[in-house]
Amino acid sequence: MFEALLQTLGLSAFSLQGFGPLLLEGSWMTVKLSILSLLLSVLLGLLGASAKLSSLKLLRIPAQLYTTLIRGVPDLVLMLLIFYSLQTWLTSFTVAMEWEYIEINPFGAGVITLGFIYGAYFTETFRGAILAVPRGQMEAATAYGLSRAQRFRFVVFPQMMRFALPGIGNNWMVILKATALVSIIGLADLVKAAQDAGKSTYQLFFFLVLAALIYLLITSASNVVLRWLEQHYAAGSREAVR
Amino acid sequence: MIELLQEYWKPFFYSDGYHITGLAMTMWLLSASICIGFLVSIPLAIARVSPHFYIRWPVQFYTYLFRGTPLYIQLLICYTGIYSLAAIRAQPVLDGFFRDAMNCTILAFALNTCAYTTEIFAGAIRSMNHGEVEAAKAYGLTGWKLYAYVIMPSALRRSLPYYSNEVILMLHSTTVAFTATIPDILKVARDANSATFLTFQSFGIAALIYLAVTFALVGLFRVAERRWLAFLGPAH
Repeated sequence: MFEALLQTLGLSAFSLQGFGPLLLEGSWMTVKLSILSLLLSVLLGLLGASAKLSSLKLLRIPAQLYTTLIRGVPDLVLMLLIFYSLQTWLTSFTVAMEWEYIEINPFGAGVITLGFIYGAYFTETFRGAILAVPRGQMEAATAYGLSRAQRFRFVVFPQMMRFALPGIGNNWMVILKATALVSIIGLADLVKAAQDAGKSTYQLFFFLVLAALIYLLITSASNVVLRWLEQHYAAGSREAVR
Repeated sequence: MIELLQEYWKPFFYSDGYHITGLAMTMWLLSASICIGFLVSIPLAIARVSPHFYIRWPVQFYTYLFRGTPLYIQLLICYTGIYSLAAIRAQPVLDGFFRDAMNCTILAFALNTCAYTTEIFAGAIRSMNHGEVEAAKAYGLTGWKLYAYVIMPSALRRSLPYYSNEVILMLHSTTVAFTATIPDILKVARDANSATFLTFQSFGIAALIYLAVTFALVGLFRVAERRWLAFLGPAH
């Protein structure tokens, strides 16, 4: 279909030359990686935020250390550090236990690495959002006899989401753009596909611009979804008339 | 870790004997791209909030393009993509410019940070207090004078917290420069890693240097905010 479109536009010099499926696979890899790391980092973020707001010092200090250290170091450095060290540690562990050599699946390692890094950013987002929910809400829920889990699920979470959504959207965009770096640690994502296709057809510029446009498509689509979500969670709140 | 530092502290900080490397290179990349980005983004931010559609729209399109795509792709396009075009290599000036990895990297970084900075400044101009502008107009300030004496000083001050964020993000983004053969901190760490196989230590040292620079920048911006945002604080 894309080929036919190029033909009709008179741009047949810019043909995909059979690299369409490769690019599609790369895009799917990018999307898959971003979504899985988003889920992991949201989970870590919720845990981190509750640890940071906990009354126990034993939980607060590690959480504080986690967010400060991870957010102070560039994601690419952490990616290389964690990705390569994971394998080294696992190898020395298996040698010590006299097990067989286990090679880490690069995709899994990529998800764990990205999830761990952006978990720190989500911790801060969720901490701010939980603090933004008025205290009275929590007290009222307690007065109604809701349990801890029920208070979070039915009272705090739906209200927190409204405050957290702009931050979540921001972090999602950052994760999506950070996945472009995983080709450096050897994953076959969109950037890698575009580079391979460009190098073998001598049309590197065309394929890289195409990859950039695919990223633009994904970010624009997520913008639409985020706007919808923001409207959904803004139910019952009014913005000041401007 | 000590042996690694003894052998590699020099390239990690300033030089491998022939070229500038490590921290010095990272700081140079950061300051060059931030300076260019800052200077270009001020007129662009003013254009971004223009009431005229044909002035506003191209700037909006530029920021949309550069904020919607990863910096790594932008760097690849600048460094390998553009130079692969025959039309560029045919022009001696462009050929000379794009052959140098440093030019391509700073171009990509400056374009990227300029897009984000433009949006930050445009947001600050938009949230300008009506009264301030009206008072300035009542005093007879118009055109560029209105911007130079009233709008920009106020907008730049108020965007300082967001701008400091952007500078730190840019510091973190300079790490992709090593893919364009620029010998920044991460490149030295990778070389140390492949020479010694001390993976955790090599990248750990790089991480610590970046952490120190981040904290230093955060501290500097805190001082700057205390100086220039004092008027927003509680009354004494």
